[in-house]
Amino acid sequence: MKDLRIEWRTLDAMISMLFFSGLVVVLFSIAFDPQGQFAQQIAGGVLCVATMFASVSALNQAWSREIRHQVMDAQRTAPSPGAELYLAKAIANFLFVTIVQVILAPFFFIFYNLHVAGNAWLLALVLPLGTWALVGNGVFFAALAMSSRNRELLLSLILFPIFIPALLAMVQATTGIFTGESDPTLWIKMLFGYDIIFTTASLLLFDVVFHAE
Amino acid sequence: MTVNASGAEPARHCAQLLQVSKLFGSFAALRQVTVDLEPGRCYVLLGENGAGKSTLLRILAGLLRPTYGKVRVFGAAEPHQERARIGYMSHAPMLYDELTAQENLRYFASLYPGRNCLTPADALRQVGLDPNLNRPFGHYSQGMRQRTSLARVLIASPDLLLLDEPFSNMDVESARQMVDLLARFRQSDRTIVLTTHQRELAAPIADWVLTLHAGRVASFEPGSPRTGPGPWGTEPGSPTR
Repeated sequence: MKDLRIEWRTLDAMISMLFFSGLVVVLFSIAFDPQGQFAQQIAGGVLCVATMFASVSALNQAWSREIRHQVMDAQRTAPSPGAELYLAKAIANFLFVTIVQVILAPFFFIFYNLHVAGNAWLLALVLPLGTWALVGNGVFFAALAMSSRNRELLLSLILFPIFIPALLAMVQATTGIFTGESDPTLWIKMLFGYDIIFTTASLLLFDVVFHAE
Repeated sequence: MTVNASGAEPARHCAQLLQVSKLFGSFAALRQVTVDLEPGRCYVLLGENGAGKSTLLRILAGLLRPTYGKVRVFGAAEPHQERARIGYMSHAPMLYDELTAQENLRYFASLYPGRNCLTPADALRQVGLDPNLNRPFGHYSQGMRQRTSLARVLIASPDLLLLDEPFSNMDVESARQMVDLLARFRQSDRTIVLTTHQRELAAPIADWVLTLHAGRVASFEPGSPRTGPGPWGTEPGSPTR
């Protein structure tokens, strides 16, 4: 609630997310002039890259408010488990990215002149699973990188390689849904498994990262 | 259990530092510091900048681990095991600028599950602030920020209060009010350790005054007539270095 309230008052993360993801959608549409089947084939990739840029710009700020004024020290001296803090932060960032995706969706369909050939409702499964994969890992690694001077660079360096399996699954699943040529079920299962494994690992390890000197 | 200066009765310990040293790279912030803190006492730490005062507080708060030596807080081998009983106030406010004081305190109270916390309004009244103030914390004056920061620490009713420069940026009257509040806090058998450069402000509540120099305990002296056994479990005048 605290993160949502602060974001509602400042809109810091939302504005930068909308800017970056909007830029990706517009620039790709200008660069490729997507039409018909070609648009369906690249739309999944563009959507995922837009989500990725949006998430990273939010994740870079995920702990900045806690670093300012040493708020994090107050949290570290409190008895509440770090896993709860991680989960709350991940859920808040997940909601921010989801809101951006919802705002961006109509523009995306307009710019790419997109017609969904497969089961469109599956997007409601793929996008949240892919977003959680990115945000769940991102919040964890942003906490890991926060004591570094180059924390923004470090976050991208750590996060992107680890996110590759989820990115692949997300792109393949959304492309399958847009083109209707392949069954996205296997990729959705892979995303689901990825989320469970990495979220569990983050929950278990977050205390160690959070209380490190 | 350590025997106190008189040797007659066993001392009760709120916290102990035994031969604690803290190194940051090759720089020694603390060197073999041994201190026993008793419940219901106020210990004032003095020393120039870089003497190791803040490092000592952060070790007691469980935010830093000593490089050498041992720390026991309320009998626990690691201070973080007793986090719920420790309140730590840094010279930074440790609060969110975008939230009001009430919202900040409500959030921090939620981090103490199972602890009998004060209500945010009560905590703010205790430090002399209006609980109905609806401005974001970032818009507060420096003195108000300091009070709100103290309210954050008090909200969980800690048994050990660690205050790093609590009087900085406060006018004399506000600082005196804070001293009165701390005096009431100490009367309920709770321990206060505070660092300051304004010795005269803390004098009315200081049971013991410890001076640090270059990471070592340079001296200690009684601060008020309430003073009992020395903080090292030894006779005053023979500090452990």
